[in-house]
Amino acid sequence: MAIYSLYILSKSGGLIYQYDHTSIKVEVEKTFNYPLDIQLFEQNKRIVVAFGQKDGINVGHNLLAVNGSLLNGTSLEDGQEVTAFLANESNYPVSLKFGRPKLSTNEKIFLASMFYPLFAIASQLSPELKSSGIEVLEADTFKLHCFQTLTGIKFLIVAEPKQMNVEHLLRRVYELYADFALKNPFYSLEMPIRCEQFESNLQLLLEQQEKSGVNTV
Amino acid sequence: MTIHNLYMFDRHGVLMYYGEWNRKRQSGMTIEEEAKLMYGMLYSIRNFVNKMSPVDVREGFQCYRTSKYVLNYFETPSGVKFVMNTDLHSQGVRELLQQINSQIYIEYCVKNPAYHAGETIQCELFKTKLDELVKQSPIFKN
Repeated sequence: MAIYSLYILSKSGGLIYQYDHTSIKVEVEKTFNYPLDIQLFEQNKRIVVAFGQKDGINVGHNLLAVNGSLLNGTSLEDGQEVTAFLANESNYPVSLKFGRPKLSTNEKIFLASMFYPLFAIASQLSPELKSSGIEVLEADTFKLHCFQTLTGIKFLIVAEPKQMNVEHLLRRVYELYADFALKNPFYSLEMPIRCEQFESNLQLLLEQQEKSGVNTV
Repeated sequence: MTIHNLYMFDRHGVLMYYGEWNRKRQSGMTIEEEAKLMYGMLYSIRNFVNKMSPVDVREGFQCYRTSKYVLNYFETPSGVKFVMNTDLHSQGVRELLQQINSQIYIEYCVKNPAYHAGETIQCELFKTKLDELVKQSPIFKN
């Protein structure tokens, strides 16, 4: 049972709050001989696997560390470029660590604003009268729950597929938002939420929920 | 329980077939436009799911539900996409879509020498068999 993350979207679709609760590390370390049988390419200052998926290293994974030392962008700790290092036969055998990339803040903002049109189109394409937008979106690895308030603010929770009572949790988060963000005289609508009390209460709530979620199953 | 409609897209996003059973509301646009909008939405949802997922996805997007309907999505390894809208209580829609793929689409379209991939399906046998299968399924009956 796990709740992965929470997003709050303003009524115009912008991300105003994001919190990562549980994160899963997907990392694989493996020793390679020359020549390297995985194709790598550089994208957004990261080294990404392009071809040669095997042993849990999938296309799209990033190169995180070489011989146990973490990468700094596309260069090693001593400033040498990774691509040059891996092209040199004398550096082999080499131990490479790959992992699924974490979402950057920019990507989170991008994803949040991507949800807004999906929500609208889902109600537009409805075969039934007066349908709402997406309430639950299911994939094989997670379930996304969405709650839209009457004022248009959307609360999204990304949780494990089997997590129970997320609908109730969304309403509790809404209460916290009303109590600690809206009632804060320094908070202005549509702006990112920066309130300590909101954050601490939210953490408490999510922890409680995870424990009780286990008990009810 | 009921089945509203079915969209079939080929791997390039062309609408191959559209079937309608109990649809209570029309979207107010032509079927071509509606299919484009639907495919565009599915394309975005697939991207969204791949990025949002905490671990690597295998099948990815499966379905979404709103207050009135459920959109079920099934993609074959060759990229043919089946989209079926049902009501909120339907179960086993994925299995039905798999059946439609293996028993109807493969049998009456792929094996039909007059049918070429990427065309709109005009085979009468396909249409009648699909209609039979859908109407026989427990999801449609109850």
